[in-house]
Amino acid sequence: MGIFNLIKLALRALQRNKLRAFLTMLGIIIGVAAVIAMMAIGQGSKESIQSSLSSMGSNMITVFPQSNQPMGGARMGGSSFQTLTLADVTAIKRGAADVRNVSPLASSSGQSIKGGNNWPTQIQGIDTGYLEIRQLQIKDGIMFSESDVASSAKVCILGQTVITNLFPNGENPIGQIIRFNKIPMQVIGTLVPKGASSFGQDQDDVILAPYSTIMKRITASIYIQQLYASATSAAASDNPTKEITTILEQTHRIREGEDDDFQIRTQAELMTTLNSTSSMLTVLLTSIAGISLLIGGIGIMNIMYVSVTERTREIGLRMSIGARGIDILMQFLIEAIMISITGGVIGVGLGLISSQLIKSLAHWPILVSESSIILSFLVCGLTGIFFGYYPAQKASRLDPIEALRYE
Amino acid sequence: MSKIILHIEDIKREFVMGSETVRALKGVSFNVNEGEFVTIMGSSGSGKTTMLNILGCLDKPTSGKYLLDDVDIMHLNRNELAKLRNLKIGFVFQSYNLLPRTTALENVELPLFYNSTVTSEERKERALKALQSVKLADRADHTPNQLSGGQQQRVAIARALVNNPVMILADEATGNLDTRTSYEIMSLMQDLNAQGKTIVFVTHEPDIAAFSSRTVMLRDGKVQKDTSNENKRVAKEALESLPVSDDY
Repeated sequence: MGIFNLIKLALRALQRNKLRAFLTMLGIIIGVAAVIAMMAIGQGSKESIQSSLSSMGSNMITVFPQSNQPMGGARMGGSSFQTLTLADVTAIKRGAADVRNVSPLASSSGQSIKGGNNWPTQIQGIDTGYLEIRQLQIKDGIMFSESDVASSAKVCILGQTVITNLFPNGENPIGQIIRFNKIPMQVIGTLVPKGASSFGQDQDDVILAPYSTIMKRITASIYIQQLYASATSAAASDNPTKEITTILEQTHRIREGEDDDFQIRTQAELMTTLNSTSSMLTVLLTSIAGISLLIGGIGIMNIMYVSVTERTREIGLRMSIGARGIDILMQFLIEAIMISITGGVIGVGLGLISSQLIKSLAHWPILVSESSIILSFLVCGLTGIFFGYYPAQKASRLDPIEALRYE
Repeated sequence: MSKIILHIEDIKREFVMGSETVRALKGVSFNVNEGEFVTIMGSSGSGKTTMLNILGCLDKPTSGKYLLDDVDIMHLNRNELAKLRNLKIGFVFQSYNLLPRTTALENVELPLFYNSTVTSEERKERALKALQSVKLADRADHTPNQLSGGQQQRVAIARALVNNPVMILADEATGNLDTRTSYEIMSLMQDLNAQGKTIVFVTHEPDIAAFSSRTVMLRDGKVQKDTSNENKRVAKEALESLPVSDDY
């Protein structure tokens, strides 16, 4: 019997028991819809983590000072270590080929004051390349220049949160003088708001100023808190890490076998960690959805056994007029596949609708990938074949004599 | 001399039921020539059903020789037997065995679905022709529950004719019908026989056997009697001689 006729036959058999076919499909429908929605949520959150990380600068490399002293004695937090200096910045600028920008970060917390308003914030002393490393942009005004850095000019750039708190009436901050820890500074620019980072930190609550200004007038130290660099490309962030390590080991005179007194972190590492967390979540959710597909498959198997028993006489008749075992097998197998595939189609539709609902009602990031749809269809087809095979085989092995006399 | 369609030689069939062996056929031999109308008769337990299953290639004898249209079925496997049934045998059952909720035409088409050499146009055409030969072409679109018992059996006969079999094998084909309808069916069978169809009709009613040209009587797994029917009844005349039924 041709495949076309078999499909027609299966469709007709399902049409006769519409409600039963639908109820059998329901398991598959729910399973597939759940798989699609879960994968959409998983993919969506992965995507949103990635985009928020790359907004921080995906090829960003951060160097922190670190203690290389043996354990014991009073131990202090990372920011209190004093190992990185401007000499390191210069050495990296000169020596690392795969590094595009380097900037020191000399930061200090304190109170910023403008007239009657004040706001506790952080001032970051940086070099001109910092904006590109962190992917920050000037909104109004200008960025300070190399000569401002050279002359330790008392100029600053404000983040949006600081502006809101110091200029509550919406005045233009450009050209105004604010004070940070009693040091007066002229506002020459503002930053484009960035919002919270993926860790919930407000990235707009910051004042930027030349590092020389901060180191001379505020921290009064030759040490810097952090060192920022950007790789020439995100892909190449392995090489620059090695280069920076080699250079810093040289300038810090660290012998082979000794621990480094600094620590390098790249965005790539962070991304791997976060991705593995969200992948684990996706796997978990998808396997729960997969279980409901399995239960749907068992439902198909059950109803196919009923169908075979019900139609024993029909099977006997078909055999007596020349149907071979394989013809009967295909007839029931295709019926099972039709149930699962039809369920799959409805399930995909329902999954897409529910994904959109989650997006618009719960505002979760959603990403429906084609692969998840293709995968669901494949799983559906396989479910139909797997769970339809045994009932179909039972039908194909019936003895025509007994099947014809079956009551 | 006409061609031998069925050649049966010393057929035995034994069933093993637990520790006991039931010998249903104990050596049956007979031939059926092309164009014959043979009834196989016997009371219950005579081996009639077993004989029918073997003749229909649904079962194989334990020993003996069975040639159907010169094909030795003893060496065929399940699939080859299915193919043989599809090409050479037309079954007519006591309970019609039509597919429910399927039109008469589609029921008749059914055997041709399992013959891959028949195209879908040819299938329709042949099915319609078979329905015409049982005078039910106008009911082609009706489903079995819209047809009377006699009409259903005629659809079943059309289904048995559609693959041009060498033999029509009927199993108590009139068993579910009243006398008048039985005679109508027998009249149809006689017409087909007159057109050259070989018919083997299994029944336990002597009344029905009288319409055939030859009767093989089975008893206790053996051929008791094999007689040709000299004064064959004509079903049409029998039908006319029936009292006209009153509407009440």
